[in-house]
Amino acid sequence: MPHPLPWYIAGPLIGLIVPALLLIGNKPFGISSNFRHICAAAAPCGIEFFSHDWKRAGLWNLTFLAGVCVGATIAVWLAPPAPIHLSPRVLADLQAAGVHDFTGLVPREIFSWSALLTLRGLVATVIGGFLVGFGTAYAGGCTSGHAIAGLADRQLASLVAVCGFFAGGLAASYLLLPLLG
Amino acid sequence: MLVPYFLLGSAFGAVLLEAEVISWFRIQEMFRFGSFHMYGIIASAIVVAGTSIEIIRRLQLRGPDGESIGLAPKQLGSGLRYVAGGTLFGIGWALTGACPGPLVALVGAGVPVMVVAIASALVGTWTYGYLRPRLPH
Repeated sequence: MPHPLPWYIAGPLIGLIVPALLLIGNKPFGISSNFRHICAAAAPCGIEFFSHDWKRAGLWNLTFLAGVCVGATIAVWLAPPAPIHLSPRVLADLQAAGVHDFTGLVPREIFSWSALLTLRGLVATVIGGFLVGFGTAYAGGCTSGHAIAGLADRQLASLVAVCGFFAGGLAASYLLLPLLG
Repeated sequence: MLVPYFLLGSAFGAVLLEAEVISWFRIQEMFRFGSFHMYGIIASAIVVAGTSIEIIRRLQLRGPDGESIGLAPKQLGSGLRYVAGGTLFGIGWALTGACPGPLVALVGAGVPVMVVAIASALVGTWTYGYLRPRLPH
């Protein structure tokens, strides 16, 4: 299998998930709802946002999410990822921002158990994770729900959200990341 | 019947890995406009999904209970929740190098420390739920 899987194969395959979910059970493609369902299952604490029937609304999606994890595991086993090829400019930019390990799916100097004890590892993993959960709940969706399903359905709210995704991502990449390196 | 959802999720997870969408470096490359790869994936996914939705609409396909099939419209309102929530998520996306699907796929792909990021994301969503009545939308 070519590495990486070319965009013109990967993109359409991901796009087909939207009609597949609609045809199987009229379900909307969107991963971040699962965070809400898990909160509702584990710690609703009388909060209105978590008072919905998570099993009825979200069991299908939690099952989909379990599949995501297992699918990635099987894919690693069948066709392990090759070392990443970055353009010289991106490589130089990231090195200037203090990244030196380019061997894995993530830089281990930022994402590993020991790196959690460093400021950069802590901010990237814990604060970054918190913002993913808080931001997607506030915006009512993530890359799958807004950038793919929402834009495909030509929803204006999703376009606004995706502009926000990129504004935040650019700010963090150019301003925050070099500061932490 | 949950099996089809599990299989679709597995296919999604496998594609995310093989196309390197779950690579922190690919996300940084995207935000630094270093390659067409991620833009090509997102754009072609939108085109295929959009065309499919249009076909479903034209054929007026119905669900098992006779309901019309499609995505529920999102109310824009003031748009503030999309701007503020979207920007906060974007910062998290660039820092972790992963949106929610890839966070979970990374754990499956052998980066177990991402369970900490997922736990933080759950705390983040819970915090939003707690603050929701006081946040502008």
